[in-house]
Amino acid sequence: MNPEPSPPAVLCRGLRKVYDGGHGIFRKPSPSVVAVDGLDLEIQRGECFGLLGPNGSGKTTTVEMIEGLLAPTAGEVELLGRRWGGDDAKLRERMGVALQETYLPEKLTVAELLTLFRSFYPKPRPLAALLADVELEEKQSAWVGKLSGGQRQRLAIACALVGEPEILFLDEPTTGLDPQCRRQVWGLVASYRARGGTVVLTTHYMEEAERLCDRVAIVDHGKLVRLGTPAELIAALPGGHVVELEVERNGAALAAEELRALRSVGEAHLSAEGVWSLAVSEPERAAAEALALLERKGLGLARLGTRKASLEDVFVALTGRHLRDG
Amino acid sequence: MAERPARPPNPVVQLTLMRLREMAREPGVLFWVFGFPVLLAIALGVAFRARGPEPVVVGALPGIGSEVRRALAAARVQVKDLDADSAARELRAGRVSLLLLPPAGPEGELGFRFDPARAEARTARAVVNAAVQRAAGQTEPLAVADHEVHEPGSRYIDFLVPGLVAMNLMSGSMWGVAWVIVHMRTRKLLKRFLAAPMKRRHLLYALGLARLLVIPAELLVILAFARVFFSVQVTGSYLALFAVAVAGSASFAAIAIAAASRAQNTETVSGLMNLITMPMFVVSGVFFAYSNFPEALQPVIRALPLTAMCDGMRTVMIDGAGLVDVLPSLVVLALWGVPAFALGLRYFRWS
Ligand SMILES: Nc1ncnc2c1ncn2[C@@H]1O[C@H](COP(=O)(O)OP(=O)(O)O)[C@@H](O)[C@H]1O
Ligand SMILES: [Mg+2]
Repeated sequence: MNPEPSPPAVLCRGLRKVYDGGHGIFRKPSPSVVAVDGLDLEIQRGECFGLLGPNGSGKTTTVEMIEGLLAPTAGEVELLGRRWGGDDAKLRERMGVALQETYLPEKLTVAELLTLFRSFYPKPRPLAALLADVELEEKQSAWVGKLSGGQRQRLAIACALVGEPEILFLDEPTTGLDPQCRRQVWGLVASYRARGGTVVLTTHYMEEAERLCDRVAIVDHGKLVRLGTPAELIAALPGGHVVELEVERNGAALAAEELRALRSVGEAHLSAEGVWSLAVSEPERAAAEALALLERKGLGLARLGTRKASLEDVFVALTGRHLRDG
Repeated sequence: MAERPARPPNPVVQLTLMRLREMAREPGVLFWVFGFPVLLAIALGVAFRARGPEPVVVGALPGIGSEVRRALAAARVQVKDLDADSAARELRAGRVSLLLLPPAGPEGELGFRFDPARAEARTARAVVNAAVQRAAGQTEPLAVADHEVHEPGSRYIDFLVPGLVAMNLMSGSMWGVAWVIVHMRTRKLLKRFLAAPMKRRHLLYALGLARLLVIPAELLVILAFARVFFSVQVTGSYLALFAVAVAGSASFAAIAIAAASRAQNTETVSGLMNLITMPMFVVSGVFFAYSNFPEALQPVIRALPLTAMCDGMRTVMIDGAGLVDVLPSLVVLALWGVPAFALGLRYFRWS
């Protein structure tokens, strides 16, 4: 459409956020926290970009700085080619936001709430279209407080879609939802993208990132650890396969060194649930070796499985931790 | 592009509707706005009404004749029969104001034992003496006529109702604005509205507007109640009354915005508002005249916004004042409201 090269949807350079520790008279003193530590990102238009990281890795802080809701301590943010601090209202009209947690007014009906959000935009999407977007037509007269978790999340996304945004930010859109609700939300994201929108989402669900995102930035402790398409990230993992092993009663009876010492095992990590993940290239041989090790040590096998490597494994390999361990 | 439907909704209207709907759909809010002041008026009004003239209670030692008793009953004096032991105790504790001693001495005179330092004891002596003298045939040598005061306008309830109205408008504005702001902040709703391009001032206008729309209803409920049950009148101009109500509410809403500008949780803001309102409940003359406080404090008390509002309400309701007479009150309220609003807006935090 536009012959000129349009600026990227999002550009961050050296983005940094330090939350000050308590220095006020009323607050308890606390150490300051470096939530985001020098982040460089470039997100293209039409892309679905995922920020993947455990709790506290700085995802929310990052997106809120991009959204202009939080002032960066250092670094630069450009959204749709503009900086915050100019005509902010105009810029906000072009973006849609679903915060990680917002308690929408419970005593309003769905239609009343959407009408309220529509009043903030010069050219809002029609109410009927919004309700259809998120499949809440039947709930339009229900109080927000009476909706289920999944319906509420869809309503939050509808509020973000009111201004027909060019870019949509979703901060952990499916955390705490059951698989069916999660798939509904994924459907919403897909149809928004089909209309040409750009999506930035944060998640700590691998499956979500793999399904939805064109590119994923893995962040930990406020730093970018790896960036690429899900396939690229997985391909970079040694082996590309995973053997999962559960030892009867006590997973800690095995040591990581013992497993790593096996010839066909690259990496070995024990999850909080007591499951060993072994990064391997030849799953059958690795499984046989692992079973032999168990027998030597007189340990019983609870479960053995092999699968292709996922983003979760990439994260474990990069940080030594599981995403959900926090 | 498909043809545009009618104009998009207006944000101030929608935000105001949000507040009004939340209020109307929250029974607790309705109680605090309408029910509480009415209950308070009933309680205080009844307590005041039931008091009436204190009955005179006297103790009678054995040997008081039926003639005397009949005379005292006619004068509505309560008589407790006591023996010598309990009589001393009751008198000391003030449960009886005076003891009747059976006739003694050469002329068989009735005895009064009482402590003349006690006002109610002297009253009791006068009442009892008059009753027994009248029964014994004495007529009053000088004719007198009693003119008792019961007329509307000078009773305690007439003083109380304007104070309650002012207090209620203050509470409504403070909680209805400050608490709501902080509640929205802690629930990330302020942030969410801001992320959608809501204009900050639109929200503040809406909070104020929602309050203004409730004021007439609030005034009507309390004043109608006071009129029907206690015959409390508004003797002055309704316009002046409304002006004081609006100016006071706006002023307190501005103070509320300042109080809520940075508070991060509802506990903080609740404490802050109690800190602001409690002293004024006490000194501003809601329940009793502030002239009881020392002379040196009077200028300070008169400069307080709740005092200005109480005074304004009272001049209109009791003294029959008009718009010009309440101007001083309006000025004091504006002097609080305008800087508070500027301060609140300046330091307002959205997250
Ligand atoms: N308002 C705040 N004040 C102080 N520290 C904060 C604040 N918000 C977040 N943090 C800290 O910053 C870090 C990053 O948090 P956040 O951006 O919420 O991570 P994520 O969204 O990935 O879970 C965490 O250590 C968190 O405790
Ligand atoms: Mg987060």
